[in-house]
Amino acid sequence: MISPHGGKLVERFNFSDRAKEEAMELPKLSITIDEARDLGNIGHGVFSPLEGYMVREDFENVLAEGRLSNDLPWTIPIVKDVSDEDVDMLFKEDEVTLVYNNTPIAILKVEEVYPYDKKEYAEKVFGTKSIEHPGVANLMKKEDHLVGGKITLLNDPPTQFPNYKLWPKETRVLFKERGWKTVVGFQTRNAPHVGHEYVQKTALTFVDGLFINPLIGKKKKGDFKDEVIIAAYEALFEHYYPKNTATLGILETEMRYAGPREAIFHAIMRKNFGCTHFIVGRDHAGVGNFYGPYDAQEIFYDYPDLGITPLFFRSFFYCKKCSTVVNEKICPHGPEYHINFSGTKIRELLLKGERPPEIMMRPEVADAILQFENPFVE
Amino acid sequence: MAEEKEKKYTTVSIPTPLFKKIEERIKGTGFTSVSSYVTYVLREIIAEDAESEEAFSKEDEERVKERLRALGYLD
Repeated sequence: MISPHGGKLVERFNFSDRAKEEAMELPKLSITIDEARDLGNIGHGVFSPLEGYMVREDFENVLAEGRLSNDLPWTIPIVKDVSDEDVDMLFKEDEVTLVYNNTPIAILKVEEVYPYDKKEYAEKVFGTKSIEHPGVANLMKKEDHLVGGKITLLNDPPTQFPNYKLWPKETRVLFKERGWKTVVGFQTRNAPHVGHEYVQKTALTFVDGLFINPLIGKKKKGDFKDEVIIAAYEALFEHYYPKNTATLGILETEMRYAGPREAIFHAIMRKNFGCTHFIVGRDHAGVGNFYGPYDAQEIFYDYPDLGITPLFFRSFFYCKKCSTVVNEKICPHGPEYHINFSGTKIRELLLKGERPPEIMMRPEVADAILQFENPFVE
Repeated sequence: MAEEKEKKYTTVSIPTPLFKKIEERIKGTGFTSVSSYVTYVLREIIAEDAESEEAFSKEDEERVKERLRALGYLD
């Protein structure tokens, strides 16, 4: 089994009643559902080797080098912003309880409170300071200080999809039980069209197992809703995927839309789940025209020590002459024969309540999506 | 700032002929210096030697399998 990132799967939780009672005596900081989910990800090792929110040295190194201060690859800051009012409180306290909806989610051992430069953060992580970029827009709404320190998870964050919620320890046991020595991870924030299926099955041809790992969490307007993604994949699995070589489990964290840097982050998380390979397609984790179509593949050449093998895919399309799904490397025919899997076109048809053509989307998948009145984030 | 940089980088000596060979080798590649090439190669080697994960305890593994069966992931 592949080693977790940093060599050890982090487990930082204490679900005892006593720990929860004691936590309620501590000063409290309110957190959002996305922050609660990421605390779950820290506590259960999805973000291994992180044991909490980044302290300043790690944060600054991640911005400058795309690595933690110990040189381990890490590209996205995992931080908690705090208001000026909270800063005063945090300077006086050793520990605080992070609370979501009156439930204590974790205890934070306060190690450091520090200011940060949002513009520098935006430039380094997103490659832009433009607030047209959804990741930058989110960042600019954050408070002006960060708090760093280890956490202990007290309660798992709530989930809408308990039947698909797997932590790294569980996927690692699952892969072992299924006898999968090589596993390819597929990140997605979309309902699957035929092009996605083709990429997944092409990759699966060369490894023992396929782990489809949709990202559930805050997304931008126009993206598929989480429940739609799950329903669409359930239909695809029921009709088109072999049970013994493919499986589906969710990852709850927000999309950052950080393109290349997020592709590395996505790969690291899948390594922690036990994947040996990771699919990186065209404009992975991108948005608008902020990144080049293959920037998210090129960044992997800067990380020879990542410890998970990326599988790069170019764009796939349907060729009328070949009568199948192909890519530019394997199809000799001109563009007049090609039909692209246009996300915009598929969306338009679905919004009109129509099934996209079968060469674009499986009818069972389209029907699963069309059950929803509006399948897209508003 | 200079002090900051000093903390993050250090100097390693390599034979001059090797340095020159590397200089030749990286011409026309994406590597901008001998240092960046050497760093790349060493990172690759160090990652290969990374310690392997300790196995889960039998008890832990059984508990996980039970949950996976309950969810329908295992028969």
